[in-house]
Amino acid sequence: MSEVVIFFIMASIALCAALGVVLARNPVHSALLLVTVLISIAVLFIIQDAQLLAAVQVIVYAGAIVVLFLFVIMLLGVDEKESLTEPVKAQRPVAIVLGLVVLAEVLFLAGHQWATGAQQSRGSLQVGDGGNVERVARSLFTDFLWPFEVTAVLLVAAVIGSVVLARRSNKPTIDDEVETS
Amino acid sequence: MTAPQSLAAGDPLFAGGVDPAVVLILIIKTVAAFALLMVLVLFYIWFMRKVIADMQNRVGPARAGGRYGVLQTLADGIKLFFKEQSVPDGADPFVFRLAPYLSIIPAFLAFSIIPIGGEVSILGHTTYLQLADPAIGVLLLLAMSGIGLYGVMLAGWSSGSKYPLLGSVRASAQLLSYEAAFGLAIVAVLLHSGTLSTRGIVDAQAWTSWDSFATSWYWTVAFVSFVIFLIAAIAETNHPPFDLVEAEQELVGGFVTEYTGIRFAMFFLAEFMNLITMSAIAVTLFLGGPSGPALGFLSATGTVNTWLMPMFWFFTKLLVLLFGTVWVRASLPRMRYDQLMDLGWKWLIEIAFVAVMVTAVVLVARNEAWNRFVVVPAAIGGAFCLLGILRLCMPRQSELIEEEV
Repeated sequence: MSEVVIFFIMASIALCAALGVVLARNPVHSALLLVTVLISIAVLFIIQDAQLLAAVQVIVYAGAIVVLFLFVIMLLGVDEKESLTEPVKAQRPVAIVLGLVVLAEVLFLAGHQWATGAQQSRGSLQVGDGGNVERVARSLFTDFLWPFEVTAVLLVAAVIGSVVLARRSNKPTIDDEVETS
Repeated sequence: MTAPQSLAAGDPLFAGGVDPAVVLILIIKTVAAFALLMVLVLFYIWFMRKVIADMQNRVGPARAGGRYGVLQTLADGIKLFFKEQSVPDGADPFVFRLAPYLSIIPAFLAFSIIPIGGEVSILGHTTYLQLADPAIGVLLLLAMSGIGLYGVMLAGWSSGSKYPLLGSVRASAQLLSYEAAFGLAIVAVLLHSGTLSTRGIVDAQAWTSWDSFATSWYWTVAFVSFVIFLIAAIAETNHPPFDLVEAEQELVGGFVTEYTGIRFAMFFLAEFMNLITMSAIAVTLFLGGPSGPALGFLSATGTVNTWLMPMFWFFTKLLVLLFGTVWVRASLPRMRYDQLMDLGWKWLIEIAFVAVMVTAVVLVARNEAWNRFVVVPAAIGGAFCLLGILRLCMPRQSELIEEEV
């Protein structure tokens, strides 16, 4: 019972905030509403007993990614008079059609068997010993060790790539001359 | 009605379901934790001013509340409360008003996971002397310091002027940089304890004999991580010598420049609440939390040994660390911004990372019963080799300066 009540409260907050993200004129307000969405979804994770997922949601998405969004917005400045004309024609109808297709797909999938085999994402949480955190850790470092390591290598490659791109070489380039002149 | 598993995971309070007494106990605990944190902040600010005054041969606060000025902080708080609150013309009014709350609420929530005492019974229910014991434990601390960052960032941005913006950009960069070293320092403890829950970590460091001081508390086995944790924690809370966020010679007042009255006081309060929470977390993770010798001549289940002694040990350890922060504040000059970034990225993260690897190797060696006299020196030697290689790969300071010219 309490689960249903919390679900409806948090889901309506999440939906309203999500609408706000799209409709707010000020990008900083949009970013803040995005944080609201992420946190209310984290609460939904908690009532599903997925505490680790909730913590990671708040730490990674709210604590790091949206902070970087805000960083960029703040450093580039907020332009209140942004033009609303679209450079790509027919963007809106295509977006609406694609959105409806995705919605239909989600509704279709929700009623059927998942491709990964589990009927519900929730089922296996009640089986086995240890808390949610321990179980996630165990499957991450046994069954899914290989994908986990590959993802780690991918992220390291991305970090090194961005460092290489951002680092200036000793030789002056055209950009440097423009900067100094 | 049964409590969700997420709540029932730790605290024995929820073992028998939720009834009105349990709700009452929870409300009492919440109010008590909040009041405790407030009193600790009031005490700490007074303590800090007194100790620094002593170190500098001054008297310090001496008027409000008797000879020792005990009520000075309260008087300052009341003064700030009655001051006019202004919102600058160029500000974003809603975000400007919201920012102080975004700063102070996470600061309190992070404190809720601190185990202050052992297991006690209130109104016939057994419970832990800590507000919450979630399964995610210390991850809550990291999440809350992530949310607390919004308060600082938005305060600077919404003020609509340049110095606050620069201050908040500095603050965010500093927090993001030191969060990595901070998290890695915690990982070493988590590897030892095998649990995220603060209660579990404290239980793993329980007091058995006087040897526990060196053998079961983690400050010895994870000494490198302990030092890194303390440095990174001070940097995370923007306290001296890392208080570049409000370097008044460079930035006027940093992100709080435009704030007045109680809103300013809330930022101030949040900052000190964070410092106290960080010190309390250091006590929990590395110094055994409330564990310490009980009074042997009294009954082990009596009020003194279940309520008072654990709290006594907790607050004693907390006081030692808090004195350390005051000492650092009085002794060290503020760092330069490039020194701050060098320390964070080029030293702390590397060393913390290597310390985690050494810890992992030592723990595996212990589980597999390998010869520790071979494995431990080999792991430490390997760590130094790795650090040396990393050092050699870094560009030297002279090269960097050449590049910039």
